[in-house]
Amino acid sequence: MSELLLPPEHRYAKIINEKRNDDGSEYSILNLGPTHPATHGIFQNILLMDGERIVEAEPTIGYIHRAFEKIAENRPFYQITPLTDRMNYCSSPINNMAWWMTVEKLLDIEVPKRAQYLRVIVMELARIADHIICNSILGVDTGAYTGFLYVFQFREKIYEIYEEICGARLTTNMGRIGGFEREWSNEAFRKLDVFLEEFPVAWKEFENLFERNRIFIDRTVNVGPISAESAMAYGFTGPNLRAAGVDYDVRVAQPYSSYDDFEFIVPVGKSGDTYDRFCVRNAEVWESLSIIRQALAKLPEGPYHADVPEYYLPPKEDVYTTMESLIYHFKIVMGEVPIPVAEIYHPVEGGNGELGFYLVTDGSRTPYRLHFRRPCFIYYQAYPEMIKGSLLSDAIVILSSLNVIAGELDA
Amino acid sequence: MAIETALIQEKIAQKFANKASNFGMQKDIFSFEITSDSMREVILFLKEEEDTNFHFLTDLCGVHYPDNTIDQQFCVVYHLHNWIENTRIRIKTYLNGAQPEIASISDIFLSSNWMERETYDFYGINFIGHPQLKRILNMDEMVSFPMRKEFPMEDNGRTDKDDRFFGRTANC
Repeated sequence: MSELLLPPEHRYAKIINEKRNDDGSEYSILNLGPTHPATHGIFQNILLMDGERIVEAEPTIGYIHRAFEKIAENRPFYQITPLTDRMNYCSSPINNMAWWMTVEKLLDIEVPKRAQYLRVIVMELARIADHIICNSILGVDTGAYTGFLYVFQFREKIYEIYEEICGARLTTNMGRIGGFEREWSNEAFRKLDVFLEEFPVAWKEFENLFERNRIFIDRTVNVGPISAESAMAYGFTGPNLRAAGVDYDVRVAQPYSSYDDFEFIVPVGKSGDTYDRFCVRNAEVWESLSIIRQALAKLPEGPYHADVPEYYLPPKEDVYTTMESLIYHFKIVMGEVPIPVAEIYHPVEGGNGELGFYLVTDGSRTPYRLHFRRPCFIYYQAYPEMIKGSLLSDAIVILSSLNVIAGELDA
Repeated sequence: MAIETALIQEKIAQKFANKASNFGMQKDIFSFEITSDSMREVILFLKEEEDTNFHFLTDLCGVHYPDNTIDQQFCVVYHLHNWIENTRIRIKTYLNGAQPEIASISDIFLSSNWMERETYDFYGINFIGHPQLKRILNMDEMVSFPMRKEFPMEDNGRTDKDDRFFGRTANC
C-alpha cells in the first residue's frame, strides 16, 4: 500500500529518521489546526518543518462536511437555497442567485430586467463583503488590527441591507425562481445609497493603511507566489488566478444576469504572490462599487419576478382569497411542479472564483444529482506546494490571502 | 469565437470512432459519451490538440444510476473549458456497478487530484494511477460510500416527522 495513504506522521517520521542536517538538527512535525486562531475555518495541516521553514505539508479537510450534495437529492428546488447559503457563507447571495439561475436555465425562464439588475446589485454587495473579510483579516494576520475594525463596520451595513431585502443577515436564502420574493423597500435603497457614500471613504483609508506600508509589503511581497501555468493547472479561478496574471472572469466570459450591460475592468496582478492577491481584491471592490452605481442608475421599472405561477409562490393575501393561488401554492410546496429531464452546468463568478452547479434532473421534484463545483476546494490543493520552503508565519499569511472558506471547502 | 461543435465531433470521431457516442448540445454545453478505457486518451487529446485546446478542467464528479444495466451504473462526468475560444465541453463515461474503475487523470490535470478523491469518497470509484486515493471529506475509517443511492440520507428511526408533509420524498 502506498505510503501516501497512511497518515502523514508515518511518512514524516521516516524522513526525520533518515535525514540529519549538517549541524545535527533534525526535522520536526508541527500540527497546524484544526482549531487554530489564525486559520480561518477548520482545516488541519500537518507540517514537516526544518526549524522554522516548512519542508512538506499535508492538509486534512472535511471537518465541516455537511453532505450537502446528498441532502440536495432529497429536497425540492426551493429548499436547496439554504444549503447554497452555507457554502461560501461570506457571500451567500451569490450562491443563492447562482442556484436560482441554474434552475431558471433548467426551466427556460426569462427573468425580467429589473430583477436581473437587482440581482447584480446584491451579488456585487456580497462580493464586496467577501473581499472586506478576506483583506481585513489578512491585515489582522500580519498584525494590523485597525484596518479590520474600520471596514468591518461596513460589513455590518451590508448585512443591514440584506436584512431589508430578505430578512436575514448572513445566510440570506434570498430570491425565488424567477426573481425576488418581494420588491425592495425604499429603506433598502436608502441604506444602499448611504453605503455607497460612506464606504468608499473607509475603503480608501483601508488601502492607504496597507498598500504602501513597509511592514505589510515585507510580509506579503514574494510570499506564496504562483505562476500562471501552475495556477491554471491547479484549477485556480477568481482573484487568486487573476493575481497570477490570467484575466479569466466568468462575468465576462459567460455573462449572466445582464452583466454585459455594465462596464467594468477585471483587475489582474503579475506574480501571484500574497501582495498581488491583496491588491486584486482591493481593485475588485472598486469595480463592484462601480457596477452597483451603474445598475442603480440604469435600474428599469418593471416586475421584480418572472410571471411563472407554476414555480413562483403567490403572495399570501392571494393564497387566502383566490382559488388559483391556493392551488399553485399547494402544488409548489408539495413539489408537484413540472420539471424537465436535463443536465445543466451553470457557472457564476463567486467571491473566490468559478462557482458552478451541475444539476441532473429526472423529472421528479428533487434533483437527481446536484454537484457544486466549489472553487475553494479546488484551489486549496495547491496550498502544500505554495508553502514549501516558506516560514510558518508566511504559511498563515498565504492561507489568509487565498481566502479559503471552510464552508465552501467541504460543503 | 467558439469552436464549432461539428469540428470537435469530427476530430473525436476520427480518432476514437467506435468508442464515442451520443454527441449533442445539452442546453448550452456540447457533450458526448466515451467508453471508460479510452477516457484518458480522449482527455489528453482534447487538451493537447491545437484546434481544441481544452486546457482547463472545470469539474469532475460522479453520478450513480442504480437502475441502469450493470455496466452503466456509475457515471463520471468531466467538464473541460477552453478559455481562449470560450468553449465548454462535457464528457461522460459509464462504469461497471460492481467494480467501478477508471484511469486517473491527475497527471494530466493537477486539479483533478482532489476531485477524484472526492468522487472516490462518495461513490467508491477507483481511479487507477492516482497517487493518493484516500477519502477526503469523510472519515478515513468509513466503509460505506455515502452518495450511492442505496445509502439513506437520514436514520430511518425518526417517528416525529413525516417527509410526505414537507414535499420531500422523491416521488409520492
